[in-house]
Amino acid sequence: MIRTILVLTRNPLSLLGLILVGLVIVAAVFAPWLAPYPTHNGAVVDFLNNNRAPSAQNWMGTDLVGRDIFSRILYAYQISLTLGVVVLVIATPIGTIIGLLAGYVGGWVEAVLMRVVDVFLSIPPLVLAIAMMGVLEPTLTNAMLAVTAMWWPWYARLVYAIARSEREEGYVLAAEVIGAGTPHIAFREILPNCLPAIITKMTLDMGFVIIIASSLSFLGLGVQPPTPDLGSMVAEGARYLPDSWWLTVFPGLAILIAVFGFNLLGDGLREVLEIDG
Amino acid sequence: MSLLSIANVSKTFQTPGGPVHAVKDVEIDVQPGECLAIVGESGSGKTTLANMVLGILGATEGTISFEGAALPIKRLRDHRRMIQLVQQNPLSALNPMRSVGAAIRLGLDTYGIGARADRWGRVEAALEAVGLPAEMRNRAPTALSGGQRQRVSIARALAVEPKLVVLDEPTSALDVLVQARVLRLLNDLRRDRGLTYIFITHDLAVVRNVADRVAVFQSGQLVELGATAQIFTTPQTAYARSLIGAVPVVDDAELALRNQLAEGA
Ligand SMILES: Nc1ncnc2c1ncn2[C@@H]1O[C@H](COP(=O)(O)OP(=O)(O)OP(=O)(O)O)[C@@H](O)[C@H]1O
Ligand SMILES: [Mg+2]
Repeated sequence: MIRTILVLTRNPLSLLGLILVGLVIVAAVFAPWLAPYPTHNGAVVDFLNNNRAPSAQNWMGTDLVGRDIFSRILYAYQISLTLGVVVLVIATPIGTIIGLLAGYVGGWVEAVLMRVVDVFLSIPPLVLAIAMMGVLEPTLTNAMLAVTAMWWPWYARLVYAIARSEREEGYVLAAEVIGAGTPHIAFREILPNCLPAIITKMTLDMGFVIIIASSLSFLGLGVQPPTPDLGSMVAEGARYLPDSWWLTVFPGLAILIAVFGFNLLGDGLREVLEIDG
Repeated sequence: MSLLSIANVSKTFQTPGGPVHAVKDVEIDVQPGECLAIVGESGSGKTTLANMVLGILGATEGTISFEGAALPIKRLRDHRRMIQLVQQNPLSALNPMRSVGAAIRLGLDTYGIGARADRWGRVEAALEAVGLPAEMRNRAPTALSGGQRQRVSIARALAVEPKLVVLDEPTSALDVLVQARVLRLLNDLRRDRGLTYIFITHDLAVVRNVADRVAVFQSGQLVELGATAQIFTTPQTAYARSLIGAVPVVDDAELALRNQLAEGA
């Protein structure tokens, strides 16, 4: 872990990724202390100060009801990261277990599981999420559900491909000859060999989940006001471009920083974790 | 009574290109304590036969019995434990993400061998028995040399105290000097523990060095079976003659030299 981070810092792009992700995490975790106006994460209205350009009091200006945009971005990071973590924490194990079983056990288990995965993969992610949100209430929990439903099959496919090639390795044969059971072989022998790829994909996916969640909010299907969300902030502000540019530019930059950071870090991890003997 | 008896065993693979008769009506009795070499050109069915002995593949026809009891396709735990394997490629045979010690311990945990608290001690003893330091249990297999890895594979196979060990070209991935040392180790272990070996190899010098009897395979069939000296001096079939002739003859002088080198190294 520490060694991995040290190796990462040697590549300037990975280092930048590490720094950006670090900033985003610090912003999210310490939002209540870092935010100049911590109460502005809710339904505060201050019409005297609404729609102000960036100033010493409000570094990124204020929104249409007078709330500090910088404070709201910090809280929005909290929501985005929570959403990303929850989606990945649910989707990754589901996809991993299905991929491992399909890849190692083979036979009809493989045939059935991978057909289900193929069905999910054939539906464009945003379409599935929008369809689900049409049926469900547009709440944060449902947004997470929708995103998770379209996320796990990618992990199933990734892990399936690795497990299939690993099952031809001599160490799997060795464990079978010794008499170890399927759970041991799948989870203790093959899974560790899938972890580098899984961790890399999770890092890259944090960025994508944030984009998808923002897109859903942008369409009004995700996080609902007054909860701060980067996607809804961009959507609201877009109508007032170019005059009130701060309404869109700062939340947009915030999305960019997070997504860019996770992608750089993921690419760096791929090199460090997956290319070794 | 023979330890392992292979009776009229055949294996046919159904492939898109039609059936492949990998093993045809083979009959061999393996005696307790012997080292039976299996030789034959690539594709002659050696590994397929070994896999049936190990219970990795089911036979299409015939029966394989161990100590007089027919082995079902789904092996009983005790039978599985009694027949172990050492593979050709020692790098692939060890999981790069698990320590050497974990590899050896797996069999102990699977069969509940020894008290839990003693198992690491047993792992260390198993390492020392194959000439490796006990501290090696914490190392990753990727940090070991080819010869060391093969010793770990041997330690893993022997840790569950099998009676029969199938060695599928155990030295062909190693360089000559290391080969000689691993062969010596295998010979010593067999003598000390009264093990029985089925030793698959291409190398007839190795056969001379380790085998009591030799089984010669040709396209799935057992074409000749006899004492090692007899196969080398008076091969009965043209195929066995050509096999022996096709391999650069390593004479006794060279073998002695190899052994000397191995001893010194
Ligand atoms: N799973 C399989 N499916 C189809 N055909 C197979 C399979 N396994 C082996 N065969 C075929 O069976 C025959 C015997 O193969 P086997 O691996 O037993 O030979 P071998 O004597 O071990 O050869 P080598 O010396 O190269 O290891 C070959 O023709 C091979 O192509
Ligand atoms: Mg073979």
